[in-house]
Amino acid sequence: METLVTVLVFAPIVGAAIAGLFGRRIGDVPSMAVTTGLLLLSCALSWTVFVQWTWGGLEPFTHTLMRFIHVGDFQSNWAIRIDGLSAVMLIVVTTVSALVHLYSWGYMADDPSKPRFFAYLSLFTFAMLALVTAADFMQLFLGWEGVGLASYLLIGFWFHKDTANAAAIKAFVVNRVGDFGFVLGVMTVFWAFGTIQFAEIFPLVAANADRTWEFAGQNWRLMDLACALLFVGAMGKSAQFFLHTWLPDAMEGPTPVSALIHAATMVTAGVYMVCLLSPMFEYAPVAKNIVTLIGAVTALFAATVGLTQNDIKRVIAYSTCSQLGYMFFAAGVGAYQAAMFHLFTHAFFKALLFLGAGSVIHGMHHEQDMRRYGALAKALPVTYAVMMIGTIAITGLGVPPVFGLEPLGFAGFYSKESIIHAAFSAGAENGIAYFAFVIGVLVAGLTSFYSWRLAFFTFNGHARWGHDDHAHGEAHHADDHASAAQLETHDEPVAHADDAHGHGQDHKPHESPWIMLVPLLVLSVGAIFAGGFFEGSFIGHHQEEFWRGAIFNGPDNHVMEHHEAPVWAVLAPLVAAIIGLGVAAYMYLWKEGLGARLAARGGPLYTFFYNKWFFDELYQATFVRLAKLLGDLFWKGGDQKIIDGLGPDGVSAVSYEVGRRAGKLQSGYVYHYAFVMLLGVAGILSYALWAWGR
Amino acid sequence: MALQAIAFYVLAIVTVAAGFAVVSARNPVHSVLFLILTFFSAAGLFVLLGAEFLAMLLVVVYVGAVAVLFLFVVMMLDVDFAALRQGFARYLPLGGLVAAILSIEMIAVASAVATQGAARGNAEPRAAAADVTNTEVIGRVLYTDYVYFFQAAGLVLLVAMIGAIVLTLRHKPNTRRQVVADQVLRNPKTGMRIVQIKPGEGIGE
Amino acid sequence: MTIGLVHYLAVAAILFTIGVFGIFVNRKNIIVILMSIELILLAVNINLVAFSVYLHNVVGQIFAMFVLTVAAAEAAVGLAILVTFFRNRGDISVDDASMMRG
Repeated sequence: METLVTVLVFAPIVGAAIAGLFGRRIGDVPSMAVTTGLLLLSCALSWTVFVQWTWGGLEPFTHTLMRFIHVGDFQSNWAIRIDGLSAVMLIVVTTVSALVHLYSWGYMADDPSKPRFFAYLSLFTFAMLALVTAADFMQLFLGWEGVGLASYLLIGFWFHKDTANAAAIKAFVVNRVGDFGFVLGVMTVFWAFGTIQFAEIFPLVAANADRTWEFAGQNWRLMDLACALLFVGAMGKSAQFFLHTWLPDAMEGPTPVSALIHAATMVTAGVYMVCLLSPMFEYAPVAKNIVTLIGAVTALFAATVGLTQNDIKRVIAYSTCSQLGYMFFAAGVGAYQAAMFHLFTHAFFKALLFLGAGSVIHGMHHEQDMRRYGALAKALPVTYAVMMIGTIAITGLGVPPVFGLEPLGFAGFYSKESIIHAAFSAGAENGIAYFAFVIGVLVAGLTSFYSWRLAFFTFNGHARWGHDDHAHGEAHHADDHASAAQLETHDEPVAHADDAHGHGQDHKPHESPWIMLVPLLVLSVGAIFAGGFFEGSFIGHHQEEFWRGAIFNGPDNHVMEHHEAPVWAVLAPLVAAIIGLGVAAYMYLWKEGLGARLAARGGPLYTFFYNKWFFDELYQATFVRLAKLLGDLFWKGGDQKIIDGLGPDGVSAVSYEVGRRAGKLQSGYVYHYAFVMLLGVAGILSYALWAWGR
Repeated sequence: MALQAIAFYVLAIVTVAAGFAVVSARNPVHSVLFLILTFFSAAGLFVLLGAEFLAMLLVVVYVGAVAVLFLFVVMMLDVDFAALRQGFARYLPLGGLVAAILSIEMIAVASAVATQGAARGNAEPRAAAADVTNTEVIGRVLYTDYVYFFQAAGLVLLVAMIGAIVLTLRHKPNTRRQVVADQVLRNPKTGMRIVQIKPGEGIGE
Repeated sequence: MTIGLVHYLAVAAILFTIGVFGIFVNRKNIIVILMSIELILLAVNINLVAFSVYLHNVVGQIFAMFVLTVAAAEAAVGLAILVTFFRNRGDISVDDASMMRG
């Protein structure tokens, strides 16, 4: 088993090394084959581990590979930790990654740098695996940074585009802000417990629950402080409110990247971390409240912005952000199991939605603006079917467990229900949890609306593509109306840049090749059945045997125990979802064009949502300007004026001046020289006389 | 020793005066002639000191070669005498002042050295022992201890000669020169030409 | 009074100053500058010989001989330069000759 997990974790990096270093020499197809093959191997091994864990009675273990840092109390090793949490994450990561690798054979078929792409994908997978199998904070941080690096490389994959480069830097920098908090959290933990190994920290937490720490004149509760700081890192990595600005821009990367990193795996690292550290969070009530609050606000914020976006990938990106908010407020109220379950199901249907969107984009010749879609159901039948499945999964349509009915639905139904249910249970005592419950119901409605809006806008209605320039102009007109209200146009460059491509709008949209459809079909199986099949293990009656201590619930945490909730609370999310569906159908099927008219009318609420609550503008005006100011100050004032001025430039200027002035002594006239000599002799003699006289 | 004193003062005054005349004479030829006078009086001073070899050397080399060379050059160059003196008065005050200060200082140093330095207590000048001439003394030392410097001095003169020739030699294009090699290589085939001439015609080339 | 070392040194000093003064004052006439240099060298020679005699060491006179040699060589080369200078410029004024300026 130990060799198995070692091979599992390291297979992707071997693939990445081969494709990355030798890609040019061995060629495109061998690079792609090596990386995809090794990923499939990892996937198969992960499923083996998972099956063994769930039904084979595998015990949790940590396989230490190598010493890393041993300095005094700070002991860190390279290790692979297998328990309930990592087993789940292993299959999530490797499955989605393997399917994305397969999918990219088709999607990136026209790209000239395929070996680099596949190398980066495998590099990312390795970093993520290192993260989820970490046994101490050091390896966790290594994986954390590694996925950030891979994200930067992949977002900026088409580095000839300025917008892609800018987006990659933005992602990395915003992540860095979060990482700063994370590192402070790790340092706090080390300060408090003297170790960074999880196995050593967790038993000590209960005893240290009431410790306080004096800092800057205030007494902080130690566990709250540490957990809050660690959560800041999660905020950055998982694009929660305040540190979310990078996620929409990350859509500059190719769609497989968005599916893998910004839907299923990297952004879930934050959730994973919070659940992994549940022994700590359970003793940090203030931190948990912060998590809940931020999660709920993020869910609401992202949903409102997603209502108005026109770029298909951006809608799904904001949807991801919103669903992550769900996961976080679930963790915040103590329902870590529900959060992990939603993470699990979300990976399937969100990856499905992204890859489906990629299929649409591919079929529409890289057109991403939904206003140029419409009536694609006939042209892209398989894509249409899988997108429908994904949308039903995310909106959580199903039969709720009321009136004696057995719960039945697609994947998202089970996980969302459990989260909202947990929030309601916790809300009985905790006001913030109740707030999260209300938000959860409201956002379920909004989620339903924008998901169905995406589906109807893209696949149904009238075709808005393939028209002559008249329609082109109309679409532009509507754009300009909307752009008058915008300050920054992020999706515009994408849409306009594809105009050159877009004149292939006389090409008919075509279905994707089978190599892209197979992953979609596999994921749709997961999107349909993963919820029902695993509900009992993750959150149901078998959860104790399933998790086996990987997740810790504090003595007062009863949210996961199935209380009987009032009927209205159980029905509320479903009702909200149906309302959302209805409104979307009204606006985009029966009264088609209503949406465009409403958007063109503008209005303060629309403008506010469309411009992402003006966060980018706010950050630009404050942090970015401040940072630039400081940077300029240090650069021009400090570096150029002081260091360069006193150093090389100053020295060279001074020596030049001195040389120039001294050169004036060399007048070229012999008699000047003679006179100077005469003066010199006179001077020396005077000195000699004076010295002798003393 | 009155004679010695008188001789000294006469020679010294002539030296200084002639020296001043060198720099202040209007005509360069006059300057050279005064330079020759300076050299002669300095030679006299040397004889007074008892270094007669050096005195003769001064006359032969300095006067006979260097000063004559100066004279050659002065007479060869076609200079405008009037223009030569223009700047004289402008720099006279400053130069005079600095020169005066310098001379006072040097004399002060000289007196300090003479009375307190290594030469104090030697009132007696003695160039050589009674039975050995100055020349022999110099010869004894020059060709033994300082023979390398002697050879080096010869090399210096050689280099100076070559340098002077290199700087000033130029071939005038119109002058004819004798090229011995061409002369030696003449033979009847190139040197002569037989021409049949009708009487009364002439060569008429 | 008895003629001592100081008298000879004084003569040499005055001659030296006259030579330097001559260089400084004569800007229009290179020949006089060269002759002033000869005066300087002569003054140095007088100094050397005087000291040689009063210190009972003949090395001073040997050195004076070498000074003489070098002065002759220098005069020759200097005059050659003067001739070339005159050929190039047409006059012997060094007043404006500042091509070697730094």
